[in-house]
Amino acid sequence: MVNKKEKIIESILMLCATVSVLTTIGILWVLISESSSFFSKVSIKDFLTDTQWTPLFAEKHFGILPLISGTLLTTFIAILIALPTGLSIAIYLNEYAPKRFRKIVKPLLEVLAAIPTVVYGYFALMVVTPFLQKFIPDMAGFNALSPGIVMGIMIIPIISSLSEDALYSVPKALREASYGMGATRLQTSFKVLVPAATSGITVSIILAISRAIGETMIVAIAAGQQPRLTLNPLVPIETITTYIVQVSLGDVVQGSLEYQTIFAAGIALFVLTFILNNISYFIKKKFQEKYE
Amino acid sequence: MKQKFDINRFKDNAFKYFGIACTLFGLAVLSVFLINILIEGLGRLNWQFFTSLPSRKPEKAGILICLLGSIWIMFLTALIAVPLGVASGIFLEEYGKKNKFASFIEINISNLAGVPSIIYGLLALEIFVRILGLGKSLLAGSLTLSLLILPIIIVSTREAIKAVPKSIREASYALGATRWQTIWFQVLPAASGGLLTGVILAISRAVGESAPLIVIGALLYITTIPTSPMDDFAVMPIQIFNWLSRPQKGFIENATAAIIVLLLITFMMNGLAIYLRNRWQKKIKW
Amino acid sequence: MVKDNNMGKLHAEKVNVYYGDHHIIKDVNLSIQENTVTAFIGPSGCGKSTFLRLLNRMNDYIENFRKTGDILIDGNDIYDKKVRVEELRKRVGMVFQKPNPFPKTIYENVVYGLRIQGIKDKSKLDKVVEDSLKQVALWNEVKDKLHQSALALSGGQQQRLCIARTIAVEPTIILMDEPASALDPISSAKIEDLISELKEKFTIIIVTHNMQQASRVSDKTAFFYLGELVEYGATDQIFTKPVKELTQNYITGRFG
Repeated sequence: MVNKKEKIIESILMLCATVSVLTTIGILWVLISESSSFFSKVSIKDFLTDTQWTPLFAEKHFGILPLISGTLLTTFIAILIALPTGLSIAIYLNEYAPKRFRKIVKPLLEVLAAIPTVVYGYFALMVVTPFLQKFIPDMAGFNALSPGIVMGIMIIPIISSLSEDALYSVPKALREASYGMGATRLQTSFKVLVPAATSGITVSIILAISRAIGETMIVAIAAGQQPRLTLNPLVPIETITTYIVQVSLGDVVQGSLEYQTIFAAGIALFVLTFILNNISYFIKKKFQEKYE
Repeated sequence: MKQKFDINRFKDNAFKYFGIACTLFGLAVLSVFLINILIEGLGRLNWQFFTSLPSRKPEKAGILICLLGSIWIMFLTALIAVPLGVASGIFLEEYGKKNKFASFIEINISNLAGVPSIIYGLLALEIFVRILGLGKSLLAGSLTLSLLILPIIIVSTREAIKAVPKSIREASYALGATRWQTIWFQVLPAASGGLLTGVILAISRAVGESAPLIVIGALLYITTIPTSPMDDFAVMPIQIFNWLSRPQKGFIENATAAIIVLLLITFMMNGLAIYLRNRWQKKIKW
Repeated sequence: MVKDNNMGKLHAEKVNVYYGDHHIIKDVNLSIQENTVTAFIGPSGCGKSTFLRLLNRMNDYIENFRKTGDILIDGNDIYDKKVRVEELRKRVGMVFQKPNPFPKTIYENVVYGLRIQGIKDKSKLDKVVEDSLKQVALWNEVKDKLHQSALALSGGQQQRLCIARTIAVEPTIILMDEPASALDPISSAKIEDLISELKEKFTIIIVTHNMQQASRVSDKTAFFYLGELVEYGATDQIFTKPVKELTQNYITGRFG
């Protein structure tokens, strides 16, 4: 009797765990089925090589490149801010800071990651852009630079926290060996700890990139809605995520080609982040094997 | 041993100040933002703002509907996601060890955790809104957010369970308890602090989320208070987004006031989570 | 401070160490002569490792650490504010209990100390690698795989590599914290032989749990108990006719 009850419980638990598999299947199915009707009307070649994205205009072009370039541009700016800052914070907190300081500062920094992204969108549009326009007068009201910077600030804690964990888990013996040789804290950090923690640090950077690529509200509010193939951070652009929001806000007819474009854009976004997530997953697995 | 200028020593100290500067940069930006929000929005926070329906005139508009919508979403999402997530976490940690199916689920969850939230919106648009016919209802919204936060709850459940010492389990088994009895009476109570922390953080994430809800179409001008899970709804972040996209200055002011309320909710939940985590970490040193 | 020959290479005077409220080292006075091997013995927690780590200031980063009294090397106070701890550690090298090579190549491990001093001259580095590895009798075993990972070496080889890495920066004192305790008997014997050879060039201080090892390798022995230096003298004397009863009890294995 007891055994039967145990079995039933185990089956229920397993069923719950299956929900996450169903979610993945659902995502793949939705993206593939909707975009396959899209790709029956637009060739994959046009999708990947056309340099214009104008599905909502009279003269329609379906080249994803401008959306991808917009996405990568904001992401690049964000990483440019977050990587040096986040890694420096990690090294400082791990090797220099007094324990009490670290204990207070770490959760405070993590507040940055807890703020709803729509709030960051407000900052980018209403605070950072006007501030930057004082120095760069010909910067447009919507641009890639300020949402990029704000996104960078948002992902600082991803890099600083995870990298700090990675640095912290480097065996104490290596740290002592380096200090015992007369190395400074800086030399020990960069010549011994960072190399030994490379995989953990890489994972944190990939996660941060992936987060920036998928970020929606900041860019939807502050980057504009003009898909354009450019590296200029001062003009309005459009990211993949913003495009999906833009269409969702409008009255696009369900089942129309315009409606299907958001799934095609979605699949591009999914593929980008999927690749990054898997790279980081495998680095993480390999890293665990090495230290266990 | 005591001698002239040492370049390594100099670099070491220089980096120390650079590190402090970076740390303070993050905190300074945070405080500038918060102060700015308070200056811009505090004046708008009054009783009328909390009790009014949306309006085309900024000074008459309020957050009643979207605040109630967020509270609805909070409870419905918790109701759906917490049992599902905790059960999955228990299965993976306690039952699924070294099982092919379990390791497949694990890769799967780690992938889901990295899927951009807006993709969940596309999934929900097709499945919940269209195929299941739930429309733009509270139920559709909470189902969407539940799927979004499920990986977070699963991962933190596993961490919390992992932290429970093996000796407690063995003691329970030695007294003749079954696996489930051991989990239910020993492991889960011992893990409750960590579990609760993860759950609160996940719900707080759901409350601040807006992108997937925009995709399922929850950007409505609603003037009736939602009373059942099948009602249409709006939430705080979407109301903020909506106001930010209006040109009138009054609406921007409304947006900042609403941001103060949203941040208060977020910070309270995060503060509670940190408090619980610290208390639990102290307790867990058996 | 004036250099006084009676003080020897290293001189400790009224040294006390506290971690928070714990009094770890109590009023220790000790002088160590140049080119000798000194063994620190005593039961676990007696403070011998803590005392060893005082000598190159490895305790500096421990929170709540507090020390009183003076430690002089060549007549200079190593805790003087003007002393650069990095410089000190280049002169006072350290070998740890478990071999701890960096996850780099054998070559990079040996030249680490020179690289952090900014030395880039390839021919000089090559020479130091060869000399150091020869001194620890590792050259013949690894000369063909200098650019392979140091982690592929056996435990005993790794420990000799760590010693080579330490002598590459030409310290005058080498501190060894139970350097053979994690090794098999054959590797352990090799390390002991090595210590006797290194004595020609360096002043060596070794912490050990192993009585036989202490009696084999050292010239002088210091017995620590509960943070106090109970007895200090020539190794022969300590092991054959100790003055204190406590020492007698410890070396005959009645406790510890």
